[in-house]
Amino acid sequence: MKSEKKRIGVFVCHCGINIAGVVNVPEVVKRLKETTDAAVVIDHQYCCSDPGQNLIKETIQKEKLDGAVIACCSPTLHENTFRKTAARAGINPYNCEIANIREQCSWVTEDKEKATDKAAKIIKTLIKKVQYDEPLTPISIPVTRKALVIGGGVAGIQAALDIANTGYPVILLEKNPSIGGKMSMLSETFPTLDCSQCILTPKMVEAKQHPNITLMTYSEIDSVSGYIGNFKVKVRQKARYVDWDKCTGCDICVGKCPKKVSDEFNCGLSERKVVYKMFPQSVPNRVVIDAPNCLYIQKGACRLCEKHCPFNAIKWNDKDEIKELEVGAIVLATGYELLDKQRLGPYGFGKLKNVVDGLQFERILSASGPFMGEVKRPSDGKVPERIVFVQCAGSRDPENAMAYCSKICCMYTAKQAILYKHRVHQGEAVVFYIDVRTGGKGFEEFYKRATDEGILYIRGKVSKIFEKGDKVIVWGADTITGKKVEVEADLVVLATAMVPAAEKSFAQLMKLTQDEYGWFTEAHPKLRPVETLAGGFFLAGASQGPKDIPEAVSQASGAASKVIILFASDTLEHAPVIAGVDEDLCSGCGVCIDVCPYKAREIQVKEDGKKKTVKVIEVLCEGCGACSAACPVGAAQQKNFKDKQIEDMVKVGLE
Amino acid sequence: MDNANFEPKIIGFICKWCTSAGADLAGTSRMKYPSNMIPITIFCSSRIDPQYILWSFKNGADGVFIGGCHPNDCHYQDGNYKTMKRIPILKNLLKELGIEQERLRLEWISASEADKFRKTITEFTETIKKLGPLKSIE
Repeated sequence: MKSEKKRIGVFVCHCGINIAGVVNVPEVVKRLKETTDAAVVIDHQYCCSDPGQNLIKETIQKEKLDGAVIACCSPTLHENTFRKTAARAGINPYNCEIANIREQCSWVTEDKEKATDKAAKIIKTLIKKVQYDEPLTPISIPVTRKALVIGGGVAGIQAALDIANTGYPVILLEKNPSIGGKMSMLSETFPTLDCSQCILTPKMVEAKQHPNITLMTYSEIDSVSGYIGNFKVKVRQKARYVDWDKCTGCDICVGKCPKKVSDEFNCGLSERKVVYKMFPQSVPNRVVIDAPNCLYIQKGACRLCEKHCPFNAIKWNDKDEIKELEVGAIVLATGYELLDKQRLGPYGFGKLKNVVDGLQFERILSASGPFMGEVKRPSDGKVPERIVFVQCAGSRDPENAMAYCSKICCMYTAKQAILYKHRVHQGEAVVFYIDVRTGGKGFEEFYKRATDEGILYIRGKVSKIFEKGDKVIVWGADTITGKKVEVEADLVVLATAMVPAAEKSFAQLMKLTQDEYGWFTEAHPKLRPVETLAGGFFLAGASQGPKDIPEAVSQASGAASKVIILFASDTLEHAPVIAGVDEDLCSGCGVCIDVCPYKAREIQVKEDGKKKTVKVIEVLCEGCGACSAACPVGAAQQKNFKDKQIEDMVKVGLE
Repeated sequence: MDNANFEPKIIGFICKWCTSAGADLAGTSRMKYPSNMIPITIFCSSRIDPQYILWSFKNGADGVFIGGCHPNDCHYQDGNYKTMKRIPILKNLLKELGIEQERLRLEWISASEADKFRKTITEFTETIKKLGPLKSIE
């Protein structure tokens, strides 16, 4: 510790009347002059203003100060401002500290005398701190300019393309055999009625063919370690039982496979083979074998796919492969799922065959869906003469499911009703709604079109849905007429709530925070919507909350631009308020190594080969100080939060 | 002894990410609470060496408050779990030293819990007032 004392300047801000209206600033100045060894104590109306900052700068230079305390608002507001001012005046920015006498003193204290006492004490603690503050320099850490995008839906694809087009390599990871995500399952998109596949597949192909993008499909994250700019990720590429270097996607094996199981891509409305391609436009255009259902893998019989494969691509001894990646940034585009219909008891617990959810109806409408685009109902393939659409099924329903609005349902319900009417001209579409929310470009006009085309909107919630013969009965209320309504339908479509696809265990693996529903939380809901509080992780699409396609795409581009900004420089600055080790005191006991959450401490053997001490891996240390508290001999010290500093702060705080 | 006019001296070690931010929000919301606690903001509650608490009592504190992030919310992954283990052990030691355990209080207060901060500090100050000044310890 420095033996000679610093010349410290104290600058007490009035903050107009925010501080000075309660704290007697001249009295504080007087007390500090009398009872501390500060070289200068002055006050100013607004320290953060240009004249205020100039005063601080000039005083530091004129009085040859080497430390400063600014007593003002919370450090979260102006610590940066004043540290820069201090640096401009020529002193190390880490020797400038903030005494928070507004949020934690003047604004919370009624009694003026008591507020004045408290302000003086708070300032004194910071003067003591600055006395022992060391000059620190930010630590420079290298950046691996390679990104990982998790999730191959439209948001992930967009983020990957944007980053790749800037010239940086990207790994696009998808858990399913093909990229495309939920958008590839949609029929047409609102409000323009573009065919979803037609606008998405070119992007999928572009991602596949991009020289800077490596696709890793049928893969999941095993572990993530490291920190911003330097992540180490282990990816598990699931066994496909097909050699993708040999497979051409010819589908001969699919034709020969004798076993059928429920088709996930068609939301269980049709069957697929056990050796399968997710959908005809799959990217990559390759098949996989669904091992738990394969007759040969499970029972040792069959092998028809192998027999008929012209390319000898079936690979029975395939195993999960762990691949290690080094990346500098991670984009989470993990998307959404729909709320399980089983959670909606009054709507039949998901057991009624002719009650489908929004995605199932998309598949019914889709030209490549289970009925090749003809609108039929699942139970008997009959063309439904009346369809009831139920909005807010599980959304805006805090008692039973989700409290939030899923945002896209009003528009997709209008779209689905319009598409139904286009295919079945005599058909009747009835929509039950709470409110129709059309806040988007062209949305209100689209809703108007739906009502103009004869779709009946009934304002009210549906209380019960049940089967009667081959019909589905819907009980609801019309809150405009105040009457109970019963509608007999051939098919019911529930606009079930969007829920996050990423599970809690995945978020914990990533060390990311989720809100109460499981959506990833952004660093700031308004000003930092694509960043997370964990450095180097960015959010794209519905991983953060319900979004429609244009929003998911814009956010993906936003996340990509944040990655590109990170990659624009080959080094990063890491805050230097980290731990250190006094090697003379350190006995090498290693207690601190166990408490460090970042594995930032390790044993080193000194040159003489005898004495062992602990050393700090500076780029890994985040400066929590847990090691300092654990060290039995006081050898582990947090820079600028040393034991001596805190002890002196306590002492003056208690005067 | 009459403690009505007794103004206790209290030191508060509050973590930068949660409790100090919660205290800032109490300020922004113009909530009022007693001024006895002098806040010392540290990065993480796990930085608090139990000896600081003893040091505080030795130097005249009538009460010591520690504020950290809620379990699972620690900015440094699991610092608050370390605090959670350390403080009860120290509390047992306080009893041996003849210091009432109520003079040490640990609370998890998040950045959004301004009112919890206000309530806690108000209550804690009242508790210490009732206990009266700490008999000096060595």
